[in-house]
Parts: sequence; C-alpha cells; structure tokens
Amino acid sequence: MKYTLRVWRQTGPTATGSLVEYEVDDVTPDMSFLEMLDVLNERLQLAGDAPVAFDHDCREGICGACGVMIDGVAHGPGKATTTCQLHMRQFDPARPIVIEPWRAAPFPVVRDLVVDRSALDRVIEAGGYISTRTGAAPDAHALPVAKPDADTAFEAAACIGCGACVAACPNGSSMLFTAAKTTHLGALPQGQPERFTRARTMVETQDDLGFGGCTLTGECTAVCPKGIPLSTIARLNHDVLTAAMRGD
Amino acid sequence: MYWTTRPRRSYRGRMAVTSPAPVRPEKPVAQGFPRRLWASTVGKKAVMAVTGAILFGYLLAHMIGNLTIFFGDIDGYGVFLRRLLAPVLGYGGLVWVIRAVLVLAVVLHMTAAIQLARRSARARPVGYAKRPRAQGGYAARTMRWGGVIIALFVGYHLLDLTAGVLNPHGVDGQIHANVVADFRHWYVVAAYTLAVVALGFHLRHGLWSGLRSLGRAPSRSAAAALVVALVITIGFLSVPYAVLFGIVR
Ligand code: HEM
Ligand code: SF4
Ligand code: FES
Repeated sequence: MKYTLRVWRQTGPTATGSLVEYEVDDVTPDMSFLEMLDVLNERLQLAGDAPVAFDHDCREGICGACGVMIDGVAHGPGKATTTCQLHMRQFDPARPIVIEPWRAAPFPVVRDLVVDRSALDRVIEAGGYISTRTGAAPDAHALPVAKPDADTAFEAAACIGCGACVAACPNGSSMLFTAAKTTHLGALPQGQPERFTRARTMVETQDDLGFGGCTLTGECTAVCPKGIPLSTIARLNHDVLTAAMRGD
Repeated sequence: MYWTTRPRRSYRGRMAVTSPAPVRPEKPVAQGFPRRLWASTVGKKAVMAVTGAILFGYLLAHMIGNLTIFFGDIDGYGVFLRRLLAPVLGYGGLVWVIRAVLVLAVVLHMTAAIQLARRSARARPVGYAKRPRAQGGYAARTMRWGGVIIALFVGYHLLDLTAGVLNPHGVDGQIHANVVADFRHWYVVAAYTLAVVALGFHLRHGLWSGLRSLGRAPSRSAAAALVVALVITIGFLSVPYAVLFGIVR
C-alpha cells in the first residue's frame, strides 16, 4: 500500500518549520505506524536526506517516549493507545496523514517531531515523590492499604508521562499529568504527610513553567493512552485548595 | 523545604543547559489565603466556581420571581422585593445589596476567566495545522464566547427591564406592562432566546465543572447539571413565549 504523509520538518529549536509531503510505498497493513516512519527514514537516508526525527523507545506502549499528533489527534486514532501501538491498517491509504509534534509553549520543538518534555520532569521534582526512611524492605503486610485506595492509586499510577494530555488540551494545560501523579501518591498512606504541599507545589510549578489552566474540557482523558480519569483533577483541586486554606 | 528543592536551586547556572525547555522562574510564594488563591490557576477556577454559584443562586431566584407573572402579580412581587428588610435597609435597600454582590461576583468571574484565557493562549503559541472538532462537549467549548454573549445580554437586559431605556413601554414599577410591551415583538424574543440558550449551555458546563474546580466529583453530576440547566432555560424562556403567543397579555 502507498500512503501520503504530511510531516512537520524543523531543523532545530529556533528554526522555522513546515509541513512537507512524502509518499511511502510498500507499506503493509500489519506494519506499525512507527515502522512505517522507519521505512520512510530509510528511503530518505538512501536519497541523502535527513531522516524525520521522532521519539520512541519501548514500542509497546509503556515508556511514554513516543507521541505525535496524527491528523490532529494526540497518539492518533484508537482508544487508550500510544502512537507506537498503532497499525497501518487503521489508516485509509486514500487520505494523507498529517503528522505534527506536540504543541505547547513549555514543550519546545527540538527537531521535527521531537519536543522537549523536561517541563514535566520539573513538575515531578516539585513534589512527585514521598519522603521515607530507606533501608531494609518493610514487611509486605506492615502497611495495609484499603482496596478502593489501592485501585485509585494504581489507576493513576498508570500514567507514562507522554504529554498527550498537554498536546490535546486547548489550554495547553498539564493538569491531567499532575493530577495522575498527585492521585497516585496522595491516595496511598505513604503519600499522606506531603499530600497537600505536594499538590500545591506541583501546580505552582506547572503554572510557573507556562502551562495553561485547566477548564475541564475533557480533551486530555479522551486521548490519554492510559485512560487517566478526569476525577483525578477534582482530587488535585481539592488538595490544592486545602493546602491554600491550611497554609501548607 | 524538602531536600530536593535546595540542591536544585544551587545547581542552577552551574550546569550546562542542553535543553530548550523552560526553567521555573524564581519568585516568592504568595502569602495569605486570598493571594495564594489568586496566584494559582486552580485558585482562580475556585473563585470562578464560587462566584458562578452566587450568580446561579441569583438566576434561580430571578427565574422563580419571573414566574409570578403566571401565578400572581409581578408588579406586586417587585414591590414585595423592595419592601423586604426595608426596616433595616430602607425601601429597595435589599435590591441594592444584591446588586452590589452581583457586580462583585461578575467582576471576579470575568477577570479570572479573561486572565485564564490569556494564559491559555500563551501556552499554545503555535497551533496545529490539522485539528478536528474538539472531543469535549459543545458546552465546554462555548464557555468563553457564551460568557461574552451573556455579558452583552445583561447590559441590554438592564437597559431594557431595569432602567427601561430600551423598553417600548419603560415605566418604572410597571413590570407586567414592560414585559408585555417587550415580548410582543419577535426580535426581542429572539434576542432573549439567544441569550438564555447561551446561558443554558454555560450553566450546564459551569455547574459540572464548578463542582470539580472545588474538588468534588459526585456521581451523576453531568446528568444533574443538564437537568438544572434545562429547568433554568425553560423557566426563563416561558415568559417571553407566553407573551408572544398571547397567553400572558
Ligand atoms: C428571558 C427571561 C428573563 C426575563 C423575563 C427577565 C426579567 C427581568 C426583569 C423584569 C428585571 C427587572 C426587575 C426589577 O426591576 O425589579 C430583570 C432584572 C435582571 N435580570 Fe432578568 N430576566 C430574564 C432573564 C435573565 C437572564 C438570563 C439573566 C442573567 C444572565 C438575567 C439577569 C438579570 C439581572 C442581572 C437583572 C438586574 C437586577 C437588578 O440589578 O435590578 N435576567 N430581569
Ligand atoms: S495523563 Fe495520560 S496523556 Fe497525560 S502524560 Fe500521563 S499517560 Fe500521557
Ligand atoms: S515507544 Fe514507549 S510508549 Fe510508545
């Protein structure tokens, strides 16, 4: 099969980019989306052109490295999947595929489809941890966790930090990401001591880094490869407001 | 405060920066509850939720008051409102107190909305070449424009039925006659319909979202918000259409 791609090409952070059209031949339906880009890059290199830069690592939906805007949808078609989990059978060869990088002021383009998502690391550094004594592993049953809390935390802990929520949000807000982290830690007993401070400092950090404010449009959950629910955001709001009230 | 914060600060400037990603600017943390609230995007949304709740409470009372045109004497209702607490606040005093609260609520609500909208625009300086219709609901996408329509309408509405300047009858205290004079004209009804429908959408997302902004996510709140928004929309629209179709004359 033959596909037409319109790919964002940009040589560096300060360069101006544009969409460039490519034709990719010999694509099979069971090729993954990234394999299709690999095919394109082999051709480009053979022809002496620079390959299209894109982020990827595990190629099985667990690392969060990949992620591009495909026809305006973060991680492309397919519910709760990452870009690397897409297959070419999900695309119509008759329609050109538009591929763009995540767009947000705190996510500057490094090259082509690669953006720098370290802003999310800054948010994690601001409070995405628990302070505990290290040493010998505690007994497995030393700290019981109620089943509903464990479920809430586990569901939120599935976030792989891909940044699709920011890319999809019309406000360029990282709220779903931050809420996943604060829910993950704040729902567990180990995360209680820093629960409210954590929520406050992480939100302050994302505000300061230039992310937008959440208006609960729900665009984020719709594209989140891990299906992080919007209810995590309500929980984060609760914790931030509690921190503001208590002066934490 | 925690051990990671201090070393990170002292590293700054000594490490070679290889990434174009933004660095968090150093600035003092806001002190005191109101400042802390206003400094944060989450706090601003909480302010919008609380002021929105005040405006919603007013709308509910206003809608019920309007319905007295069907069940009784709306002119008498106007007098009743002005006599309420008159011994303490003077005749019409309560109305002025309510107006002051409403103005404060509207100003805070709009200021927060505008500041957040501008921040969002800054957070996405470059848009997407291809962007299909948003996946979120219609109501969520129309909050900003809907809010502007409602604000413009409130201006017109005050000049129409409060000040009477834009009312075909426009006599102070003759509420029934003013309302009837208005809604005999289809274009007045059309203007009110546009505004009230915009209000319905605004309320549907606003009620649902406001709860979440305040940290609550009760089950079935989407359905409840829809029902409440419909009740308010239909309640407000009942009066203009009753006049237009000659049920109220
Ligand atoms: C379509 C149905 C509506 C009717 C028939 C109606 C009728 C009225 C009347 C008769 C008054 C004057 C009351 C008085 O002088 O004592 C009034 C005032 C007011 N209405 Fe409405 N209204 C409607 C919808 C709305 C909507 C949708 C809003 C808000 C978005 C609204 C907001 C106000 C405000 C803020 C005032 C002024 C209160 C004041 O300071 O006196 N109304 N309305
Ligand atoms: S919340 Fe979902 S979309 Fe956002 S970073 Fe985590 S996994 Fe990706
Ligand atoms: S490459 Fe790891 S999630 Fe896609």
